[in-house]
Amino acid sequence: MNENARPVFSCNGVHVRIGEKEVVKGVDLAVLPGEVHAIMGPNGSGKSTLANSLMGHPAYALTGTVELGGEDVTALPPDEKARRGMFLAFQYPVAVPGVTVASFLRAAVSAVRGADVPVREFRKELLARMEDLEMDPGFAGRYLNDGFSGGEKKRVEILQLLMLKPRFALLDETDSGLDIDALKVVAKGINAAASNDTGMLLVTHYQRLLNYVHPHVVHVFMDGRIVRSGGPELALELEERGYDWLEPAAVGGV
Amino acid sequence: MASTPTVADIGSDYNRRYGFHDPEEYFMRTPKGLSHEVVEAISLLKKEPEWMRVFRHKALDIFLAKPMPTWGDTERLSSIDFDDITYYVRATEKQEKSWEDVPENVKRTFDRLGIPEAERKFLAGVSAQYESEVVYHSVKEELTKQGVIFLDMDSGLREHEEIVRRYFGTVIPSADNKFAALNSAVWSGGSFIYVPKNTEVAIPLQAYFRINAERMGQFERTLIIADEGAKVHYIEGCTAPVYSSSSLHSAVVELIAMKGARIRYTTIQNWSNNIFNLVTKRAVANEDAVVEWVDGNIGSGLTMKYPAVILKGERAHGEVLSIAFAGPGQHQDAGAKMIHLAPHTTSKITSKSISKGTGRSSYRGLVKIRNGAHGCKTSVQCDALLIGDAARTDTYPTMEIDEDQVSVEHEARVSKIGDEQLFYLRSRGLKDDQARLMIVNGFIEPFVKELPMEYAVELNRLIELEMEGSVG
Ligand SMILES: Nc1ncnc2c1ncn2[C@@H]1O[C@H](COP(=O)(O)OP(=O)(O)OP(=O)(O)O)[C@@H](O)[C@H]1O
Ligand SMILES: [Mg+2]
Repeated sequence: MNENARPVFSCNGVHVRIGEKEVVKGVDLAVLPGEVHAIMGPNGSGKSTLANSLMGHPAYALTGTVELGGEDVTALPPDEKARRGMFLAFQYPVAVPGVTVASFLRAAVSAVRGADVPVREFRKELLARMEDLEMDPGFAGRYLNDGFSGGEKKRVEILQLLMLKPRFALLDETDSGLDIDALKVVAKGINAAASNDTGMLLVTHYQRLLNYVHPHVVHVFMDGRIVRSGGPELALELEERGYDWLEPAAVGGV
Repeated sequence: MASTPTVADIGSDYNRRYGFHDPEEYFMRTPKGLSHEVVEAISLLKKEPEWMRVFRHKALDIFLAKPMPTWGDTERLSSIDFDDITYYVRATEKQEKSWEDVPENVKRTFDRLGIPEAERKFLAGVSAQYESEVVYHSVKEELTKQGVIFLDMDSGLREHEEIVRRYFGTVIPSADNKFAALNSAVWSGGSFIYVPKNTEVAIPLQAYFRINAERMGQFERTLIIADEGAKVHYIEGCTAPVYSSSSLHSAVVELIAMKGARIRYTTIQNWSNNIFNLVTKRAVANEDAVVEWVDGNIGSGLTMKYPAVILKGERAHGEVLSIAFAGPGQHQDAGAKMIHLAPHTTSKITSKSISKGTGRSSYRGLVKIRNGAHGCKTSVQCDALLIGDAARTDTYPTMEIDEDQVSVEHEARVSKIGDEQLFYLRSRGLKDDQARLMIVNGFIEPFVKELPMEYAVELNRLIELEMEGSVG
């Protein structure tokens, strides 16, 4: 990362409504290649809404602008965003019964790379990434997220991150519900992606993850807004003091 | 059932009584409509033994006396015009139709499925014969060595009359239902298989090996007998659309699994949309026998089909695994029946259906456990997937349990392609239609994985075409 690098991802004046309710109330962000931003905030403050709507979830009405690699992608459908190098690791990954992890990933990798990946080459790559994430190779043949434990689902999200090699990834609580070993593995995956120049925005509740992943910037998100941004020390402060001292009223509407 | 005077008289000189003037010409193709005369003509032409001739005439009387079913899609059923159907056409007569008469959409599907030229003509009813000679001959040699009989039903009756006579119509009597009666009266073609004791047929037997117009006819009759400890897998149909200008397909399939035998019967059918597909399939499973129906229905205008297993011997096991795809304007009324007569028998029904556009699928099932059949287990699972707001599905499950010491599970689920599933897949770069197809293919995967490789590939390809809506 260098000072002159241009953001791989940025958004400006993003508002999101769900029906009549405004959930995200003006968010500006700029993430450089290989940079990791953490976003922390109380339950229900709108973090997932922000992440899903940035990815293009059709149920959310987003206004403002979203740019990927300097191009305006605001109005693009999620698959088009994905093909241009954007990724979202879901807080609650959905099961797709009957579709194996391997066949799903091969289709996804082919779609994102814009060419069919030969089966053998793909298998080799998949097995190598699974090994990196200390996953049993048997997972390749299981149906996507179908009956997976919470921790297994999160690992598979990271597996997808490593296979799809996006330019920018939103990771929504990928650290939640993990035991300490799984947490280390997931952190390893995130760090590997960062060293490949993937810019990332991590939604997290815990300082715990930040012991293994060192964010460049920490944002505090409350009631649909970023109320404070700072360095890693901000995460530690939140861990100690909670969010109360940052109530929008208390900070006088930053 | 009382015989009508006509039947009582059979055996007297039919020819004299009804006066065929030019039998040869007449026998090439019976006139439209159904009568004892037509039935007599069919039997005479086939030079059948007396008992079969009588069997046919009795069946016709039953057919004429039985009312149409009062359940199911009665509206569509009532549109069948029995007088407008030709009940028997000699195989060679089927070549009269030309390739030009085959509808464009059917041709297009052949193209997209990559069906070879010779096969296309057969499937479209343009050519009467299609034999993949090479495959069949090597298979045949092996079967002969094992003592396995694999013939079309007409040859079976000629060459193995004693076996046929002993079992024909014992699993599905003519009086079972109106369409079984119809088939019993005018049947032609179908397969006859006998597998000797403790013999395992290593490769699936496919009607496809020796397919001809009669076999694929409207009123096929199939009888499979697996003797004690024998094992056989039979496959009928193919994923390519079978086009026929005649509108009624009404087959009867009887399976008999002797003690410890195993029969699997796989069907993939893709009739063109003008066809009524009204089929009776039933098996008897004796002690420790296993019978599995794997049944896929893609085409036709209306399908009514409920493969059944009568679990007659202790510890017998019956299974039905089916999928139905009801595209716009189609109605798939399919299901299964399990009749537990003996203790410790087990059964499993898995029914999957997809309704798309104005398509409608119905599950209709019966599980019956007789008093005294203790220790039985049965599980029924119906999954319906709806695509589009106009698609429709219904389930009509019936359970008649007359025994206390049994385990019964029933589960029915209706789902739509979920927005969250779609968003998930699309966020991985898959286009909307690609994502939908993936979800649908996942839905039918439990069925597809039971098929031999080449059928599995074809079926997935076909579903892809159906999802595009490009198949008529
Ligand atoms: N589809 C929806 N319909 C109605 N309300 C919604 C919908 N999605 C989210 N919300 C509401 O929007 C608000 C923000 O939810 P969101 O899931 O974005 O919070 P979050 O910050 O991710 O919380 P958590 O930390 O618990 O994951 C909540 O009040 C939630 O109930
Ligand atoms: Mg959330």
